[in-house]
Amino acid sequence: MNNASDEAVKTERMVLNFGPQHPATHGTLRISMELEGETIVKGTPEIGYLHSGFEKLGEYLDYNQYITITDRMNYFSPLCNNVAYALAAEKLIGLEISKRTEYIRVLMCELSRIADHVLNVVMLAVDLGAITPFFYGFKLREDIYDLFELATGTRLTTSYTLVGGLMRDIPEGFDKAVLKVLDNVDEVSKDIETLLNKNRIWQDRTKDIGVVSKDDAISYGLSGPMARASGIDWDIRVNEPYSRYDEFDFDVAIALNGDVFDRYLVRMEEIRQSVKICRQVLDNMPEGDVMIDPDLGYSLPPKDEVYNSIEGLIYHFEITMRNRGMTPPVGEAYVPTESPNGELGFYIVSDGGRSPYRVRTRPPSLINYSIFPKLIEGHMLSDAPAILGSINIIAGELDR
Amino acid sequence: MSLDNTISLIKEEFLDKILDHTKYAEENILHIKGNSVLHVLSSLQNNGFNFLVDITAIDNLSLGGFERYCVVYHLLSHETVERVTVKAYVPDDKASLPSVESLWKTADWQEREIYDLFGILFTGHPNLTRIMNPDDYKGHPLRKDYPRLGNRERDNFPKVTRGINKDYFNE
Repeated sequence: MNNASDEAVKTERMVLNFGPQHPATHGTLRISMELEGETIVKGTPEIGYLHSGFEKLGEYLDYNQYITITDRMNYFSPLCNNVAYALAAEKLIGLEISKRTEYIRVLMCELSRIADHVLNVVMLAVDLGAITPFFYGFKLREDIYDLFELATGTRLTTSYTLVGGLMRDIPEGFDKAVLKVLDNVDEVSKDIETLLNKNRIWQDRTKDIGVVSKDDAISYGLSGPMARASGIDWDIRVNEPYSRYDEFDFDVAIALNGDVFDRYLVRMEEIRQSVKICRQVLDNMPEGDVMIDPDLGYSLPPKDEVYNSIEGLIYHFEITMRNRGMTPPVGEAYVPTESPNGELGFYIVSDGGRSPYRVRTRPPSLINYSIFPKLIEGHMLSDAPAILGSINIIAGELDR
Repeated sequence: MSLDNTISLIKEEFLDKILDHTKYAEENILHIKGNSVLHVLSSLQNNGFNFLVDITAIDNLSLGGFERYCVVYHLLSHETVERVTVKAYVPDDKASLPSVESLWKTADWQEREIYDLFGILFTGHPNLTRIMNPDDYKGHPLRKDYPRLGNRERDNFPKVTRGINKDYFNE
């Protein structure tokens, strides 16, 4: 009798589809999970729903055109992608960039980092049922996007950098607008932390969930906040400084437990450090051009000249026409940068033609995501959105 | 140990496996034979290069090189803050080389990606299936002889006619 009832209680494993269209997946991705009761036994992520063809397109577009494609990769922080690509192209060609250009790039990257981290934290909170931080955070993110609109002309598809410099200088009064938002950042991050840090439900839902050990982090190639939350003291901005990051004084945030809560803490601390960097950039902003010398033959002329003078128009055609264009040397370059998600690098191989022979993006999202099946094993179904949110994957970057 | 020492050590150890050693923009590139990649990378791992940053591949169809394909490994040493690029060349007819999944787990997904997009096989990989394209997909999109607009796969897609009022469109 006893045995019979035991057998009746045993259940079959259920396969549950999570996504591709699901509010907690942040983009189009699917995970098929094998469940035993509410415990996840095995999770198999399915990616490739976007078919974006970034890398194939790169072989047909010229060096400046490809910048518009980089906007669409990580659409939470497009400016970081622009900068990373421009750095790789400049290293390939061997261009020296002016100090002002590099400072503005740092400022834009750090503002992107704040927007990305804030949005990630508040989205994670929404996924776990805490909707109040979302309103504070999203307002701030809108303010930062207004700054981007002020400088680049668009909110999302910024295409701000060009090979050799920037599309345009920052407008007058931009520093005051930034400072105003930065004051707001401090306030909002304090608000978010007051709402979440000691919240019992938040702690229960995030502590000891999705723990990544230090060895796993290295073996799976994790980078960025994911790696730093597991105790790896590695930040490319400090260890291999690019774009004059070595001229700014800031700390690297690390945590030791490697769970969802620690990733949240690392992100909140990085927001504070980014504010610090932004203030230093604004204090020390040098004067100068934001484009390399046009005589080198690698830069697009300013739009004003193109529209208003015949020389500018001819020069514009010289760079953009199919049978002319810039001719970089034969070679290859890989530049690692610290994007909000981790190491973002572009690997460009040139055969001397007007478009790259091969452009490879080292996508932090895809590589950080590869540990996800291991992390959700043994956790409850409701922990999966928490782990997914803390990895901060962007579906646009998962695809090639 | 400095990078130059490590590289000369590797060169001595794998004398007949190393095809070339070049430098571009102050980056060291080791060109090796595809079948020796597991040994070379494992030796580099023991010499401090603890982090596999990225794996990708290049189709050398019109670029020229030792073989048709090369698989590119970007390695990083957290301790000495040095990077090295290893290019493993594989010929066209049987494009396969050993998997490094046993050294770094990150190779799992990235080798699947290269298999999917370039059609290069990795022997010893635990689950070598397509990662981005559907399992029944024909062709490997990032090969240079694959057209940009595809092989007209969309022509054979089933068309849904259910639920559409045809008269509406005809008017």
